[in-house]
Amino acid sequence: MPPLALVNSLLAYIDQFFGWFGSLGIFAWKVARAAVTPPYEWREFVRQLDEVGSKSFPLVALAGASVGIVISLEARYSLTRFGAKSMFPATLVYSVIEVMGPIITGLVVSGRVGAGIGAELASMKVTEQIDAIEASAINPYRLLAATRILACVLMLPLLTLVADACGLLTGWFAQSLVEPLSFHQFIESGFRGATFNAFLPPTFKTAVYGLIIGLIACFQGMRTRGGAEGVGRAATNSVVLASLFLILADVVLVKFILVVFP
Amino acid sequence: MATVENIAMRHEDSDAEGNAPVVAVEDVHKSFGQHKVLNGISLSVRRGETLAMLGRSGTGKSVLLRLIIGLDQPDSGSIRINGEDIAGLALDQLGGIRKKMGFLFQHAALYDSLTVGENVAFPLRHHKREMSNSERSDRVQQLLVEVGLESALNRMPSDISGGMQKRAGLARALALSPEILLLDEPTAGLDPISSREIDDLILKLQRERKMASIVVTHDLFSARTISNRLALLDQGNVVVEGKFEDLQQSNIAFVKEFLKQA
Repeated sequence: MPPLALVNSLLAYIDQFFGWFGSLGIFAWKVARAAVTPPYEWREFVRQLDEVGSKSFPLVALAGASVGIVISLEARYSLTRFGAKSMFPATLVYSVIEVMGPIITGLVVSGRVGAGIGAELASMKVTEQIDAIEASAINPYRLLAATRILACVLMLPLLTLVADACGLLTGWFAQSLVEPLSFHQFIESGFRGATFNAFLPPTFKTAVYGLIIGLIACFQGMRTRGGAEGVGRAATNSVVLASLFLILADVVLVKFILVVFP
Repeated sequence: MATVENIAMRHEDSDAEGNAPVVAVEDVHKSFGQHKVLNGISLSVRRGETLAMLGRSGTGKSVLLRLIIGLDQPDSGSIRINGEDIAGLALDQLGGIRKKMGFLFQHAALYDSLTVGENVAFPLRHHKREMSNSERSDRVQQLLVEVGLESALNRMPSDISGGMQKRAGLARALALSPEILLLDEPTAGLDPISSREIDDLILKLQRERKMASIVVTHDLFSARTISNRLALLDQGNVVVEGKFEDLQQSNIAFVKEFLKQA
C-alpha cells in the first residue's frame, strides 16, 4: 500500500477510535441524566435485577466453585513444595476473595449478561421497537439503558459474594479430601488477621465492572444497524469490549485499592 | 368495505376544522451524508383532515414522518405542532408533544416480548399512572374492540398475522387519544382484502375521533379512500397537492406517469 494511503488509513482508524469514545461519552451522559430525572422506571428496574442477578446465579456459582477447586489443587502443590502447608487456608481465602472471585464473576457475567443485553437491544433497534418507545414519549435511555446498567452495578458485588462463597466451600472440600480440616478451622485460619481493607474493596470494585458491562452492552445494542448481521455484531462486540475494558479496569482498580486502602 | 363511491362521500364529509394548522412543515431540508432526501418541503394539516403523501420509494416520505414525530432532526426549516417549533427540542422536551401524537410504524414495531394487550397498555402504563389495573384493562379492551382484535389480547406479536399486527399497532397508537395520527404505509405488505379492512378501520377512526392525520402510502386507491388531500412528492419536495381530481388535471409529466402506473 502506498505510504499516503497507509497514512490515510491509519488516520481513519484513529478517527474511528476517538469517535467511538466520544459517542460512548455522549451516550453515558444521556443515560446518567435520564437515570436521575423522574419518572423512574421501577418496574423495569426490578425486572432487570432478576434478569442480571437471579438468572446469573447458577453460572456464577459454578464458575466460583470451579475456581475454588483449581486454586486448592494448585496452591496445595506449591505450598507443600515450599514447606508452607499451614498457609493453605489464608492462601485460598485471599486468592479467591481478592483476585479470582471478582475477575471470574466479571468475565462470566460479561459473557452472559453483556451478550444478552447487546443482542436484545440490537434486535429492538433494527425492528424499530426503540423508535416506537421514543415515539410513545418514553425516554429509551431511562427505560432500557439506565435500568439495565443500574441492575448490573448492584448485582455484580452480590454475585461476586456468591462466587467467593462457592469458591471457598469447594476449595475447603477439595483440601479436606486429601488432608481432613474442619470448616471451622479453615475459616478461622483463613480469615485470621483479616481487615475491612482486605476484602470489601475487592468485592465492591465489581460495581465498576457492572457499570462497564451494562454501559458497553447498552451502547452497542442501541446504536446497531444492519439487520441480523448487526444484531450478531452487537452481541459479540458487547462481550469482547466489556471483557477487555473490565480487565484493563482491574489493573487500575487494584492499584487504586492498594493506595487508598493500604 | 371502501369503494370508489364512498371516496366521494368521504370528500363531502370532510370536516377540517379551523384555520390554524395542527402540523405545519416549512421549508424543511434533510440530507443523509451526500444524499439529499428533503429539499425545502412545506405542507400543513388541520384538525379533522387527512393528508396522504405519495411518491416513489426514496423520496423522503417516511423521513418526513420521522421528522414530524421528532425521531430525526431536520437540517434546516421548521416543523410546528400546534404552533410550537419542535426542531431542535431535546428528548424530554418532546415528550409533551409526542403524547398528543400516535405513530403507526410500517411493520407495526410491536414489542415482541409483550402480548398484544400489554403492547396496547404500554403507553397507558407509563403516562396514565393514576389509572387502576382494572381501568387500564377496560381501556385496552375498548381499544382492541375498536380495531377488531379483542380475541388477540393474550397473544404474542409473533403469533398473529401482518394485518393483525398493524391493527395492534394502531390500537397502541390510539391509546392516549392523540390529536395527530401518523401512519407509515399502513397497508404495505398486506393482501387486498386486509388492505381494504385497514382502510375501513382508518376511515371509521377518523369519523369518530376527528384527528389530523398524515398517511404515507404507495397505494393510490387507499390514499383516495382515506384522505381529504393528496401530496405527490418527487426529489424531496411536493410536486402537486390537492384532491385526486387536481392530480388528474395536472400537466406535470411526473404526475401523469405516476397516476398511469399506480
